[in-house]
Amino acid sequence: METILQLRNINEIKKYLTHPDSCLNKTTEDQITVEKLVFKKFEELHNCLRVNENLPHIFKEQHKKFLSDSLAYLPSSYETLDASRPWLCYWILHPLSLLGVKLEDSYKNRIANFLAKCQSPNGGFGGGPGQYPHLAPTYAAVNALVILGTDMALKVINRQKLFEFLQSVKQPDGSFAMHVGGEVDIRGAYCALSVASLTGVLTKELVNNTAEWIISCQTYEGGFAGCPGLEAHGGYAFCGLAALVILNKGHMCDNQALLRWLVQKQMGLEGGFQGRTNKLVDSCYSFWQGGAFPLLYTLLTKEGITPSGHLFNEGALQEYILICCQNHQGGLVDKPGKPRDIYHSCYSISGLSIAQHFLDQKHVLSSFRNELASTHPLYNVRPDLVRKALLYFHSLPSNTAT
Amino acid sequence: MSDNSSDECDTQHVLYKNRPEWSDITPLKQNDGEHPVAAIDYTEEFEDCFDYFRAVVQKKEYSERTLELTKTAASLNPANYTVWQFRREILKALNKDLNEELEYIGKVILKQTKNYQVWHHRRIIVEWLQDPSKEKYLTEKSLSEDAKNYHAWQHRQWVIKTYNLYDGELEYVDQLLQDDVKNNSAWNQRYFVVNNTTGFTQETLNREIDYTLGKIRILMENESAWNYLRGLLLHDKGGLSRNEKVTDFCETFYEQGNRSPFLLALIVDICSEKITNNGGGDGNNVYTSARAKELCNALATQYDTIRAKYWLHISETIENQANEQNSMDESSTTN
Repeated sequence: METILQLRNINEIKKYLTHPDSCLNKTTEDQITVEKLVFKKFEELHNCLRVNENLPHIFKEQHKKFLSDSLAYLPSSYETLDASRPWLCYWILHPLSLLGVKLEDSYKNRIANFLAKCQSPNGGFGGGPGQYPHLAPTYAAVNALVILGTDMALKVINRQKLFEFLQSVKQPDGSFAMHVGGEVDIRGAYCALSVASLTGVLTKELVNNTAEWIISCQTYEGGFAGCPGLEAHGGYAFCGLAALVILNKGHMCDNQALLRWLVQKQMGLEGGFQGRTNKLVDSCYSFWQGGAFPLLYTLLTKEGITPSGHLFNEGALQEYILICCQNHQGGLVDKPGKPRDIYHSCYSISGLSIAQHFLDQKHVLSSFRNELASTHPLYNVRPDLVRKALLYFHSLPSNTAT
Repeated sequence: MSDNSSDECDTQHVLYKNRPEWSDITPLKQNDGEHPVAAIDYTEEFEDCFDYFRAVVQKKEYSERTLELTKTAASLNPANYTVWQFRREILKALNKDLNEELEYIGKVILKQTKNYQVWHHRRIIVEWLQDPSKEKYLTEKSLSEDAKNYHAWQHRQWVIKTYNLYDGELEYVDQLLQDDVKNNSAWNQRYFVVNNTTGFTQETLNREIDYTLGKIRILMENESAWNYLRGLLLHDKGGLSRNEKVTDFCETFYEQGNRSPFLLALIVDICSEKITNNGGGDGNNVYTSARAKELCNALATQYDTIRAKYWLHISETIENQANEQNSMDESSTTN
């Protein structure tokens, strides 16, 4: 089923404008500032509709150019991401693949060769050549290689060593440290389980107590925190839920509370998601919160409640991304007024894809020209590429049986 | 972009390749392979520093000069976890004064307050010293800049929990909520403190419910307070639906014409709970499935339209619950 979604009525949106509280507070002040910027964008677009009724549209060619250029060269302002270079590859390659860009095999091999340089002799990947292995760049490198999808790229991953690295950061309580001697939080569990399940090295022993530890991160609000006791947060909630689903232990969490919290994170006026209660909208949560929905549907279905469509407002989310977050020269931003960057480009395009696809239905805002390829909500990689990698790795002999 | 103003470095930065005391080290270029990807256009200072850093990591040279080098490297990229890990290896090997290190990392944190690595470094130094005495102050300083900084709260919770420093924490949280009643991190901290100290005894529950209802009276449109209220009721023996303080509060506002989505949402969930709990047998139950469906409909079409599909989903779920309950009731009366 394919549906073109219509824009919300501007007067409906206007009703959501926040008014100053009787008691002044910073949260409300900041919220009002952002709403003004966002509402201005909506008004501008609605004025343009008289001339072109197919708006908004996605600046596909500009995004492709911005991303492709970034793959070749990044300015020195990216130095603070010098310990995240596999991330840079993933943040570029994934949105390109959702935009339907096909890279030459020779170019793919060059990227795979670079990622191979980031692989540690101790297993796992570091933030750059010669850096210690770390779970976050390991996740990013594996995903990037899976997106490249060539045999040469998939062969880069040393599975036996990867497994040893995962074992080396596993904690007795079930959690994972990000690196040897590094911090423990729920990202570790997701990154470890994601790469282990993709490459076929997930053993029972590796994930002993992990589901229980993740459950202990679900908060009274319903979302998940980075560690037990902390505040529910969009990025961590995605990690927690995705990790549980990989473990096939989704039923252990309170999914009604999670659903309630998730839907509440969608902003009434903006249409995008906030990461935490009473925080500001940010386009990256289009994926972190939006991507949790398809995972949650699988849990609801197991309980006999199959939603017939998205349970969040997928049209409003597409409005926020397309109207408020696109840079005319390509690339996407956190919110109006912010500079474009590849992290927000990756996760707003991923969130846009999530919003457009529900099972095999398509719900695209304004025009089918805005349609993107779908993404696998567990890994945030195109499902055909996930399948290809699973087939490849699971046909290899298991070398982790110890 | 990079902030290299650690106290000693205010003078013109001299590249390591031009320093005689480093002449014995051959800098190690980054091995990106033949075709670098996502290549960053490093400044000369950055490249120079990390060429030497790679060289000494490979040699595992633990010395005063490598300790100083990690300081420069960390100032150029505080997110480089390899730099911090290597720095800790040096600190241990040289048996350095950790109080000095604590002071240094404190300054770095206040400049780089949203970074995993700097807070983690701090935590490890505190663990090595077994001295948590300065941590609450540091996090308070950081939270005074941004009262919702996740890393600062994480550090604060860790130190409070590890060293049993709960004293005064509820007062601190209360102060933050007086400054900004919508500060969800502060509400979360309130839960953390109660959960780890008195627990949710009936007495504490009563006190906290009064506190929260008071805050909601000040500002109705505050999801944080409503979420906290639900969090409290998770521990109420009667669940959501049998705390009269809460139900009276809700009904009074409802009768006054208040249609805050948070208020209506709670009433919907109270209804839902009553239905599955078989209504508790009270005669004039106002928490029926019919009321829940009516409220869901009002939320979907009028008061919370952005979540229309969610409210219709909840309405359907409640209807199913009610039907199941009815058929269970029927089968129990026929038996």
